[in-house]
Amino acid sequence: MIRKKDNEKIIVRGVHKHFHDLRVLRGVDLTVSDGEVVCVIGPSGSGKSTLLRCINRLEKVTEGEIIVDGISLTDKSVNVNKARENIGMVFQNFNLFAHLTVRRNITLAPVDLGKMTKSAADEEAVALLRRVGLEDKIDAYPHQLSGGQKQRVAIARALAMKPDVMLFDEPTSALDPEMIGEVLQVMKQLAADGMTMVVVTHEMGFAREVADRVIFMSDGLIIEEAPPKEFFANPREARTKDFLRRVSSN
Amino acid sequence: MNFTKAINNASGLLFQGLQITVTVSLISILIGTVIGFCSCLLGLSKWRGLRLISKFYIWVIRGTPMIVQAFIVYFGLPQLVHQLISPDFRISAFSAGVVTLSLNAGAYLSEIFRGGISAVDKGQIEAARSLGMSSMRTMARVTLPQATKIAIPSMVNQFIITIKDTSILSVIGLADIVNKAKVYVGGTYQFFETYILVAVFYLVIISILMFVSNKIEKRFNYDKKKG
Repeated sequence: MIRKKDNEKIIVRGVHKHFHDLRVLRGVDLTVSDGEVVCVIGPSGSGKSTLLRCINRLEKVTEGEIIVDGISLTDKSVNVNKARENIGMVFQNFNLFAHLTVRRNITLAPVDLGKMTKSAADEEAVALLRRVGLEDKIDAYPHQLSGGQKQRVAIARALAMKPDVMLFDEPTSALDPEMIGEVLQVMKQLAADGMTMVVVTHEMGFAREVADRVIFMSDGLIIEEAPPKEFFANPREARTKDFLRRVSSN
Repeated sequence: MNFTKAINNASGLLFQGLQITVTVSLISILIGTVIGFCSCLLGLSKWRGLRLISKFYIWVIRGTPMIVQAFIVYFGLPQLVHQLISPDFRISAFSAGVVTLSLNAGAYLSEIFRGGISAVDKGQIEAARSLGMSSMRTMARVTLPQATKIAIPSMVNQFIITIKDTSILSVIGLADIVNKAKVYVGGTYQFFETYILVAVFYLVIISILMFVSNKIEKRFNYDKKKG
């Protein structure tokens, strides 16, 4: 796939990540283009989540370079807080601020960081909640929401900062099966709207349907990557075939 | 038993003492909370030297009886200052009492705050950081509000201990309620009535504190609030 250089939203170059003796990432290279949806799959412990967390520096890389929107996240002199404003993240466990209402969850960062006035942020919260279908929950506290609702609010919260890139760390893994659909639906819409997304997921159906590219990781390395059709129809590597066989047999 | 007599004759004296008890407790709780918070922040610092200061302070206070601390502050410290700096230095029992109690409460509160902060779910902090909030902002907006909720019951417990510990300060001559009671029984031998009265006074103040803290605790119950 050949793309123009200025089209590159995320560049990961030669990234290693060690936790003491454990080598979680062992030289990962990845480029994500503007508007591209990349799904990262692989067995647990393969380093998928760590890679995602390195992209917004929730984990510091041991070696290598990560550039998002032209800003190096691995450069120590870069203001990482400023860079993170542009990188939305959605967590497996939602991590909604438990002490704040849905509205305040969404408006806290934009108002506190001076990105919006309070009234503008409130309007934005209403608009975002409408987008994820939860306008009626604006004054609810997180404990009053179901898992699927929490995750949709979490997506709205991340979008409130108007990021250029969204990272999803197994967004449906903690959900009851009947709630997975509503979250994937929101993500599909987001992809259709042109958001650049990196999604670590176990939802093969989502990867097949929404991804522009599927990446298979194992043992801290990217083993294989291809457009979903090709990836699922003709996996080349033995480890990919083995993984897909085990996933589909479930 | 003659409670009527005790109430009539001792009440004035006991109320004077009660005022001192309440004043010393309140000031010490306030200063102790500030000291505890600062010590807790030092303890969480990324610089080892600052962490050690906090650790050392807590180690000393927790490792020594308060009565010994009070003696050091009231008798020992002035002696040291006389020899080293100024022979005119004086410290009142009231000041020494406040210093001792504040330092004491501060050490325990520091540990309570640290426990509260470290009990906040790491995911909450990561979520705030991922939105671009700095670690300071995250601390102020996310960690501390949640840590406070976790810490409130232990804080109240420590406040109660501080109120009751003022009674120990009667040994350095603080004119608290226990001291006044001792004076009264010295003349009347009404031990039972007087000390029962003292106990009732303590129960009343601590009940008021618990009532207020229950109200405050309810305000922090965001996990039960209806939006």
